[in-house]
Amino acid sequence: MAWDARKAAEIIEAHRHLDGPALPVLRALQDAFGYLPEEATAQVAEALNLSRAEVHGVISFYHDFRRTPAGRTSLKLCRAEACQAMGADALANEACAHLGTSWHGTTADGRVTLEPVFCLGLCSVAPAALVGDELVGRADWPRLAAALERCGR
Amino acid sequence: MSSPRRIFVPADSAALALGADALATAIADEAARRKRSVQIVRTGSRGMHWLEPLVEVDTDAGRIGYGPVSSADVASLFESGWLEGGAHALRIGAPEAQPFMARQTRWTFERCGVVDPLSWEDFVAHGGGQALAQARAQGAEATLSAIIDSGLRGRGGAGFPAGIKWRTVRETQAAIRYVVCNADEGDSGTFADRMLMEGDPLALIEGMAICGFVVGARKGFIYIRSEYPRAIRVLEQALELARTRGLLAECDIELRIGAGSYVCGEETALLESLEGKRGQVRAKPPLPAHAGLFGKPTVVNNVLTLATVPSILIRGAAAYAALGHGRSRGTMPIQLAGNIRHGGLFEAPFGISLTELVDDIGGGTASGRPVRAVQVGGPLGAYFPRELFDTPLDYEAFAARDGLVGHGGIVVFDDTVDMVRQARFAMEFCAAESCGKCTPCRVGSVRGMEVVDKIIAGQNVASNLALLEDLCHTLRLGSLCALGGFVPFPVLSALRHFPQDFHRP
Repeated sequence: MAWDARKAAEIIEAHRHLDGPALPVLRALQDAFGYLPEEATAQVAEALNLSRAEVHGVISFYHDFRRTPAGRTSLKLCRAEACQAMGADALANEACAHLGTSWHGTTADGRVTLEPVFCLGLCSVAPAALVGDELVGRADWPRLAAALERCGR
Repeated sequence: MSSPRRIFVPADSAALALGADALATAIADEAARRKRSVQIVRTGSRGMHWLEPLVEVDTDAGRIGYGPVSSADVASLFESGWLEGGAHALRIGAPEAQPFMARQTRWTFERCGVVDPLSWEDFVAHGGGQALAQARAQGAEATLSAIIDSGLRGRGGAGFPAGIKWRTVRETQAAIRYVVCNADEGDSGTFADRMLMEGDPLALIEGMAICGFVVGARKGFIYIRSEYPRAIRVLEQALELARTRGLLAECDIELRIGAGSYVCGEETALLESLEGKRGQVRAKPPLPAHAGLFGKPTVVNNVLTLATVPSILIRGAAAYAALGHGRSRGTMPIQLAGNIRHGGLFEAPFGISLTELVDDIGGGTASGRPVRAVQVGGPLGAYFPRELFDTPLDYEAFAARDGLVGHGGIVVFDDTVDMVRQARFAMEFCAAESCGKCTPCRVGSVRGMEVVDKIIAGQNVASNLALLEDLCHTLRLGSLCALGGFVPFPVLSALRHFPQDFHRP
């Protein structure tokens, strides 16, 4: 969704009563718009009585916050040790080759963004992935491709 | 008309990742086709993850398990009469009679996998709510004494006595105090917090409520990582349920979601994050127990610490303290992960050895190749070779061998692992997740990566190894928190126990 200052103001208003509202506000904005554009920094700073530097600092600190739009489906592949022990590195290479992109990249057709994740808590059914909202355990490329297919529908 | 047969299908993330949702639908469809009356109950996981999805049927002879079940097996299961416990290749019998379950001593995970996590009736039928009632009846002082006497130590990794922390906060003069649950379970190889929150969230909520009651906090926060979407959904509903049923009368609890930062599992970084700031660690002192969230005295405890409190009060502090090894009292929910045949959750008294856990209970590697190394305690834990598998699970015993119990995760690697690569990854992870506040961690981790790269490339290996050791020394002594302070554990243990991997031609 394109940035909409009025809608953003409503979202901010719905969360500003919280103690330490910055993270919930930014998360809600990103959930609504898909990313946090430059306008978000200024508007959140103004609304929460913070400096733009402080808000920029928060956005840039956390891996979840994006400053550019992502592809329609996110493919998060776990890169942590338990998944490494079950071939996560090879799976990541395979996924990169099939998608024609690399970490943090989006496929040319704008369909999939490939993100690393450090642990989904599926370390006993590794390697693990999160495709859109769908968890995939004992992942291999055919199972990931099938999950991506389901998300694309 | 007989009452519907209850079929338990886990909705734990590990089961979901192996198709449990589609399976539940397939079971309901097949039952309808056969005009069999069934009620599908979604539970947490028992913790036998190699059997997931593990479906249980509530037969006249008790619950009978079938696993691992895929949607393709459903028709044949009905055909075999599984609603009456019929024979089938996937039938495992009573789940609690499985050796993996029978060998456990469950306190924290007593209800997990058994109950519907969002059923108040199940919660009450399995003793839920009694501990809070007992705390209210006997008062804060007596409840605090029980927690101190139980010897319960923080399960997040540091192992600090929980009761002492509670007492510190209770004895402050502040008008406002907080309870914060650290549910930012970021260590690879650990998933006990996730399983508990998905399978028995009310245990955590009751434990937090008791903590709030004891220390005089009227507000609590659960800080959960965003990588746990299922646990977030379950907790949201469980909190609503707890609120309407009076569990949060003294201390209300709010759920907060992290934003993908490993260092926010460090308690002071977590507090900064809760306050809406960058998750940078604070220098200690002051301790959070004196000046924590918004500068107020705050108990910060891990999920497992808080969730164990109710069973300690009900079953007795002395009974809990009677279990364990050395100064590590009670039970530890151990997580068997990585390249392991029987992965999952195994709760046992402290003192159990790595050999028992990896070989006997875990059944060796999933790949069938020899076990070469295990990493215990997450990305900052040491790599242990087979020669150290006699180490008992005990905070002090692990520390004596330059290792960590941490949050109790054990990641198994087979003989294809390249330990110099694992050392490099530890530095890379530290560099990616460093909060940037202190120089040893921020700069040292990047330098560490570069030095290991040179070693891998065979450049001046001897002098670069000396530099790596020196750098680790600086990180260990000079970092503000455990991220930079502990990253030498995996790096130096890899070097010490697997030197051949660092000296390749």
